[in-house]
Amino acid sequence: MLHQSDRLIETPSQTAGPYVHIGCIPSFAGLKDVYPEDLGRSPIEPGARGTRITITGSVYDGTGWAMRDAMIESWQADAEGRFAGQSGADPLVSGFCRFAADKDSGEFILRTIKPGAVAGRDGMVFAPHIALWIVARGINIGLSTRIYFEDEDNSADPLLARIEQRPRVQTLMATATGAGTYRFDIRLQGEGETVFLDL
Amino acid sequence: MPPPDAPAEPQYDAAALMPRRHDMHPRPYDPDYKTSVTRAPRLPLLSMQATPTEETGPRFGHDRIGPLDNDLIRNHAQGDALAIGERIRVFGRVIDETGRAVPHTLVEIWQANAGGRYRHIKDTYFAPLDPNFGGCGRTLTDETGHYEFMTIRPGAYPWPNRANDWRPMHIHFSIFGHAFGQRLISQMYFQGDPLIDLCPIAATIKDRGQLDRLVAPLDMQNARGMDYLAYRFDIVLRGRRQTMFENRPEGL
Ligand SMILES: [Fe+2]
Repeated sequence: MLHQSDRLIETPSQTAGPYVHIGCIPSFAGLKDVYPEDLGRSPIEPGARGTRITITGSVYDGTGWAMRDAMIESWQADAEGRFAGQSGADPLVSGFCRFAADKDSGEFILRTIKPGAVAGRDGMVFAPHIALWIVARGINIGLSTRIYFEDEDNSADPLLARIEQRPRVQTLMATATGAGTYRFDIRLQGEGETVFLDL
Repeated sequence: MPPPDAPAEPQYDAAALMPRRHDMHPRPYDPDYKTSVTRAPRLPLLSMQATPTEETGPRFGHDRIGPLDNDLIRNHAQGDALAIGERIRVFGRVIDETGRAVPHTLVEIWQANAGGRYRHIKDTYFAPLDPNFGGCGRTLTDETGHYEFMTIRPGAYPWPNRANDWRPMHIHFSIFGHAFGQRLISQMYFQGDPLIDLCPIAATIKDRGQLDRLVAPLDMQNARGMDYLAYRFDIVLRGRRQTMFENRPEGL
């Protein structure tokens, strides 16, 4: 085990800028002939086990404007709570997806399966959730948050339990809008500010 | 088969992420970079020890990477033509805070062309597009964490912030590591560029030593006569504590 003083320091972040799509989702930038297809187009392949869900939302800045230039990555477990590569994980669940806010409406859509609960250290169990990482112009270091589901039992989730101001828990809840459809809005700043994570 | 409601046993090995040192990163809210003013959270982040969600992450196989993906001079070429610009090789090593190599991890870059113009539907700067330059590249690090790209040196470009702000020449980098909690996007600058000291985005990093790490030095030892210059850019990702399971193959 190295002491703190022996540690190297992480390379500092810089904003992804407005043209992040060129590198990460080139087809969104209008760049379609470098790679055969964008990486991370879907977190699942046909036949993946679990309930199909669609999550729609927007990323709002501090003025309430739905940002048109945000890029989001998601990472999640399979329906049984296993991450890709772990033994027994569903081989049809990569768990990783990249998606962008629409350039006209600012809305994003994530089509996936609902993940299972995830076991952590010391007997901790996390309620079903999807990790998000949000980058854009004006975001100097990527923002992490989680989507939980209001129709799951979240009462024993160790992360949610750490949120002191209980009404803020709601900022991490996807709300059901129909059969298999959810709404999840992200507010970067101000009233209803999303709980962002440092894990 | 476990009972339907039983979560899977944890299987992460050597995965415990060290806490991120936010003081070594740019300040999220920085009035000189105006867009950050409405996009920086006002409330503190919720801190907690990383969990399996942050300690696992996507992997990308070699089968996804094409032979020209790391050659921006040629990967958007129309016919035999090459991208216009000063030919450069950008290379380096990805390691973590404990000094260990990060092998087989995805490194993606994107950049403006030699005139400072991006090939993006939203870039309307009047510098012309280069028909033979796309501006994106990707590669996987090798067994020892090394990566390299061939590209052209991007041009500086003006951007709307204060009345006359210019971005120094830079290449955007996206690095995955082996855990979602190591995810990082940054920018590489070029040694000697006078615009670095004038740039409000570079200046969001308050620790000068940290900013200097983003400035790639010219490396003539790795340049090639009559062909290309070389710039070295090493990347350090968040560290993971060593555990008793260190020797077990990672389950990812
Ligand atoms: Fe840029």
